Amino acid sequence: MAEKIKNKTVFFNPFSKNNPVIVQILGICSALSVTAKLEPAIVMGLSVIAVLAFSNVIISLIRNTIPTSIRIIVQLVVVAGLVIIVSELLKAYAYDVSLQLSVFIGLIITNCILMGRLEAFAMANRPWPSFLDGVGNGVGYTIILVIVAFFRELLGCGTLLGFQVVPNCFYQAGYVNNGLMILPPMALIVVACIIWVHRSYNKDLQEN
Amino acid sequence: MENLNIFIRSIFIDNMIFAYFLGMCSFLAVSKNVKTAFGLGIAVTFMLVVTLPLNYLLNTYVLQPGAMAWLGEEYANVDLSFLSLILYIAVIASMTQLVEMAVEKFSPSLYASLGIFLPLIAVNCAILGGSLFMQQRDFPSVWTAICAGGGWGIGWLLAIAAIAAIRERVTSYSNVPKPLRGVGITFIITALMGIAFMSFLGIKI
Repeated sequence: MAEKIKNKTVFFNPFSKNNPVIVQILGICSALSVTAKLEPAIVMGLSVIAVLAFSNVIISLIRNTIPTSIRIIVQLVVVAGLVIIVSELLKAYAYDVSLQLSVFIGLIITNCILMGRLEAFAMANRPWPSFLDGVGNGVGYTIILVIVAFFRELLGCGTLLGFQVVPNCFYQAGYVNNGLMILPPMALIVVACIIWVHRSYNKDLQEN
Repeated sequence: MENLNIFIRSIFIDNMIFAYFLGMCSFLAVSKNVKTAFGLGIAVTFMLVVTLPLNYLLNTYVLQPGAMAWLGEEYANVDLSFLSLILYIAVIASMTQLVEMAVEKFSPSLYASLGIFLPLIAVNCAILGGSLFMQQRDFPSVWTAICAGGGWGIGWLLAIAAIAAIRERVTSYSNVPKPLRGVGITFIITALMGIAFMSFLGIKI
């Protein structure tokens, strides 16, 4: 029973209380660059979930055989192998999106979330909890990506997933899309707002 | 001239932090005071200047479709580009290790100031990002790769040093709303700097 509860916290903690992006501040690099539109953000999130879950499992399976002095290289090789599979799959089945994501799929390798979770969790835990931890953190990352991309696409283009959401009569009445939201710096502002709201509710996370 | 243009572009317009957000993790963690930020900036610049030309040569002579033609007719159709990610990261990780050992041997004082940052650089997105951009943009020669590497490195250094200087002041002199303290306000400062850097768009020499 204790095991069950532990697994549950491992899975659900990264959603909010221990979110990889806004609490642990990991993986910001890619989180910001792919969020101008909702679709690439979702694809990126799914890729990270897949890579994170499987690399966590693989590292957890071989954790007792890795010599400590070369563990970073071993982790990098496992992650790089998985990322290559994901990027080839995307090129085959979702070519347009893979063009939009360009180098950022490759940059999953150096995504700090992966190294952080492999070091902190997979090296010390059994495969099943590691898998849950990987999926949990991936979902936590995806949630932030989707929130940021939602606001940027809605306010910047008036569309969601490419469909027009803001009705035409708004534009006739003088409403204009906020072009600033498409520019890269606004991603940082949106994340800062998410952090602001999140930390106002979770006072124990506030820094002095 | 073309190379100088790429160098300037890489510092200001294609700035790693303000335009692509690469290397943000170490950027946020280390930008608390100017001195360490500067040390990390130097280390990143150095690694970019070293690994970018290396990966360029690797890409041109081994990985690209048809790159192996210099080995003979039968290798002319080999396309190894799917291996690029794993080879780039291997080059970066081993160069980091090599540079660390070399610096330790020949310049202990520099090692003492950079020491802790060098191993971290292997997983800095800015370095791998530089190599991937190099591959994507088809640089014409190895000099272009060196210039772009230097430019990206210096741009990163400028950004982290500037943000660290602002953060030092912000923590001591201003009254930031509690939930925004620390990370939140750094995000906003970075965003404002990014908007400021956009005014460089369109510079051409």
